[in-house]
Amino acid sequence: MTSYPDWWKLIFGRFTLEAIPYHEPILIGTFAAVALGGLALIALVTRYKLWGYLWHEWFTSVDHKKIGIMYMILGVIMLLRGFADALMMRGQQAIAFAGNEGYLPPHHYDQIFTAHGVIMIFFVAMPFVTGLMNYVVPLQIGARDVSFPFLNNFSFWMTVSGAVLVMMSLFIGEFAKVGWLAYPPLSGAAYSPGVGMDYYLWALQIAGVGTTLSGVNLIATIVKMRAPGMEMMRMPVFTWTALCTNVLIVATFPILAATLALLTLDRYVGTNFFTNDLGGNPMMYVNLIWIWGHPEVYILILPIFGVYSEVASTFCGKRLFGYASMVYATVVITILSYLVWLHHFFTMGSGASVNSFFGITTMIISIPTGAKIFNWLFTMYRGRIRFELPMMWLVAFMLTFVIGGMTGVMLAVPPADFVLHNSLFLIAHFHNVIIGGVVFGVFAGIAYWFPKAFGFKLDRFWGLLSFWFWVIGFYVAFMPLYVLGLMGVTRRLSRFEDPSLQIWFVIAAIGAVLIALGILCFIIQIAVSIVRREQLRDTTGDPWDGRTLEWSTSSPPPAYNFAFTPIVHDLDAWADMKKRGYRRPLGGFKPIHMPRNTGAGVIIAALATVGGFALIWYIWWLAALSFVGVIATVVIHSFNYDRDFHIPAEAVLREEDSRSQLLGRA
Amino acid sequence: MAKAKAQAQAAGVPAFYVTEDEHAHSGGSTMLGFWLYLMSDCLVFAVLFATYGVLGRNYAAGPSGADLFDLKLVAVNTAMLLFSSITYGFAMLAMDKGRQAAMQAWLAVTALFGLAFLGIELYEFAHLIHEGATPMRSAFLSSFFTLVGTHGLHVTFGLIWLTVLMVQVSRRGLIEANRRRLLCLSMFWHFLDVVWIGVFTFVYLMGVLK
Repeated sequence: MTSYPDWWKLIFGRFTLEAIPYHEPILIGTFAAVALGGLALIALVTRYKLWGYLWHEWFTSVDHKKIGIMYMILGVIMLLRGFADALMMRGQQAIAFAGNEGYLPPHHYDQIFTAHGVIMIFFVAMPFVTGLMNYVVPLQIGARDVSFPFLNNFSFWMTVSGAVLVMMSLFIGEFAKVGWLAYPPLSGAAYSPGVGMDYYLWALQIAGVGTTLSGVNLIATIVKMRAPGMEMMRMPVFTWTALCTNVLIVATFPILAATLALLTLDRYVGTNFFTNDLGGNPMMYVNLIWIWGHPEVYILILPIFGVYSEVASTFCGKRLFGYASMVYATVVITILSYLVWLHHFFTMGSGASVNSFFGITTMIISIPTGAKIFNWLFTMYRGRIRFELPMMWLVAFMLTFVIGGMTGVMLAVPPADFVLHNSLFLIAHFHNVIIGGVVFGVFAGIAYWFPKAFGFKLDRFWGLLSFWFWVIGFYVAFMPLYVLGLMGVTRRLSRFEDPSLQIWFVIAAIGAVLIALGILCFIIQIAVSIVRREQLRDTTGDPWDGRTLEWSTSSPPPAYNFAFTPIVHDLDAWADMKKRGYRRPLGGFKPIHMPRNTGAGVIIAALATVGGFALIWYIWWLAALSFVGVIATVVIHSFNYDRDFHIPAEAVLREEDSRSQLLGRA
Repeated sequence: MAKAKAQAQAAGVPAFYVTEDEHAHSGGSTMLGFWLYLMSDCLVFAVLFATYGVLGRNYAAGPSGADLFDLKLVAVNTAMLLFSSITYGFAMLAMDKGRQAAMQAWLAVTALFGLAFLGIELYEFAHLIHEGATPMRSAFLSSFFTLVGTHGLHVTFGLIWLTVLMVQVSRRGLIEANRRRLLCLSMFWHFLDVVWIGVFTFVYLMGVLK
C-alpha cells in the first residue's frame, strides 16, 4: 500500500492493485463467469452485426415503449444479481452455527446484505415499476409518447449508470458494509473509510437524478397529454396510480439526493452534519432518509395496485368495483405516506406522544389499503373469472399481502415495535409486502402486457411452474423468519450460537432455493415463448379482451401508437368502443409528428459513470474532466433545434394496412 | 351481430378518434414540467433549511452567526440579486415586444448583477474561512456553508445557462423554442430570488439575533 509513488496517486487516486479482490475465490469465480458471459454476448452481437441496430433502434431511442422494455431488462438482470446475494446470505445463515464460521467472512457478508437491499430496491423494483409505467401509461391515455421523450431516454441511462457503478464495486474495490440505508456514524468517514460507501453514495445519487426526472416527465405526460374526453375520473386506475407514484417520486427523491449529498460532504469535506462531535446529529440523517424512504415503498406498491386493478377488471370481465373509491384510496395513501416515516425508528426515543402520533397514522394507512383489497374482491364477485397467469398472481397477492399488512399493523404499535425493531420479524414483514405485493404484481404485469409489447403471449406451462415455485418458495422462505423474529433474532447477523435456531434457517434456505427455481422457470418461460412465438401469436392486439386503450392498437404497437388520437367517452374506453361498434379507420391518414432519436442521453450518462468512478477513487482530474464533459454535452445538445420529424402518411397507411391483413387472418 | 351494429348506428355511434390533430407537441408541457422540476429543487432547499433549522445553533464552542455575519455586506449582496430579478423581468418585457437587442442588453445586465452577487458571496466565504470559521468547524457552519453555497451553485448554473441562451438568441433570434427556454430560465432565476429571501431572513437576519 505504502509503496505507491506520488505520481501514481495523482493519476489513479487511491486506486491500488490491492483493490482488485483476486484473493477472494468467490469473487474471482463470479468475475470469470461475468467476463466470459459478457465476452460471449459481445461476440454474438458483433458476429450478427447488431451494434448499429442496438445503437440506432434501442440505446438512442426516445420511444417510450422501447425505453420501458429496456427498464424491464435492466430489472431482470439486476434481479439475478440481487437474488444471488440473497442465496448467499441464506446459505451462510443456514450453516454458520455453534462455532461453524460459514463460508463468508463478516466483511464480505456485510457487503452482501447491503448490496442485496440497495440492488433490490433501486435497481430491480424501481426499474420494473418505472418500466411498466413508461410502457403502459402513454398507451392508456391515448398519447404518442411522453411529454419529454429525450429526458426519458436520459433518465433510463442515468439509472443504468447507477447500476453499473454498483456492479463495478464487485470487482474493483468493495461495496458498502453498512446496511441498505447507510446510517451514520457507521457510514461516516471515521467508521467506513473505504470506497464501499462512496460507491453507494454516487451510484444512488446518479440513479436518483434519472428517477426524479422520469417522475417529472410522467406527471407532465399524464396531466397534459391525455386523449380528448379522458377526464381525470376517466383515467384507467393504473394511470391514476402512476400519477400518484410520480408525484411521490418528485416530492421525495430530491430529499434523498440532498441527504446523500450531506453525507457525501461529511465524508469528502469533513463537515459535521451527521458526526458525533462538533454539533453533528446522526438522528437527523435517520429522519431525513426515512422521509424519503417511507414514501419510497408506496412509490413501489401504488403502480402495482394499479396493475392488479387492470388485471382484476379484465380477467373478471367487468368494470372495476368501486373505481372512485379506488382513486380516493390511492390519493389518501399518497398523502398519508408522508406522515408515517418515524415508525421506522420508534426506538429513537422521541417520547410517547410523538410515537403515538406516528403509530396511529401508520395504522390509518391500512384503511384505504383494505378498501382496495375489498374492491378487488368485489370485482371478482360474480365476475366471469378467467384464471390466466396475471389473475393467479392477483389471487396469490391478495392472500399474501393481507398477512404482510397485518404484521405491518403489529409493527405500527410502538410498544410492540420496541420488541420487534430490527428483528427478523421486520425482515419477514417487508419481504412479505414487497415480494407478495410488488414482485407478484410485476410478474402479473409482465404476463399481462407482454403480448402487447412483443406480439405473442407468454408460455402458460412454464409460467405456472414459476408462479407456484415463487408463491410456495416465498412462504417457506419467510414464515420461519417471523418465528425467529418473535424469538428475538436480530437482522444482519452472519453467525449464531444457539443451535436450536438452525432448523428455521435451514427451512428458510430451502425456500430461497424454491424461489430461485421460480426465477429460473421465468427465464425458461421467456425463452420457450420466443421459440413458440408463432403458436402464441396475438394478431388481434387485444388478446385478453381488454378494457383500456392500450388494447385498441396492434401488438406490438406502431412507433406512433395511434394512427388517430382516440376520443374517450367512458371509463374503460376500449370496452366502451367495442360495445358501441367502433370501426378502425382504414384511410385518410396524415403525417405524424414524432421526436427524433438522440445519443446525448447515453453520452451524458456514460460521462456521469466515469465521473462517479473518479470521485469514488479520488481521481480528481478525471472527475473534473467528466464534469466539464457533462456540461459541454448538455450545452452542445441544446444547440440542436432539429429534434423532430414527420412519419409520412404513406408509411402510416402501410403500417395500418399490414395490421388490417393481420386482423383479417385472425 | 348485424342487428347490434344497426342498432348502434341508429343510436348514433359517436366519433372515436380525432381526424384533424396535431397532438404531441412537447412544447405544451414544458412550462408544467419545468414547474415540477422547480418544486423538486425547492425540496432540496427545504432539506437544507430544515438541516440548518436543527443544527444552526450547534456552534460547538465556535463562532455564531452574530459573531460572523456582516449584515451590510449581505444587504448589498441581496440588493444585487433582487436587481438582477428586476432586470430579468425587463428582458422578458422586451422579449414580449420582440425587441431582441434590448432583451439581450437586459440579459447582460442581469448577468452582471448575478456575477456581482457571486463575487460578494465568494468574498464573504473566503473571509469566513480566513477567520477560521470553516465548514468543518461546527455543525452550524457546515449547514450554513451548504445552504448558502448550494444557492450560489444554482446562481452559477443560472449564469452559464443565461450565457448559452444569449448566444442562441443571437444566432437564431426569438424563435418559439428560444422564447420557451428564456421563460424557463426566468422562472428559475426568480425562484432563486425567492430562496434567497428565505436565506436572508432565516439565516442572516435571525442569525444575528441572539
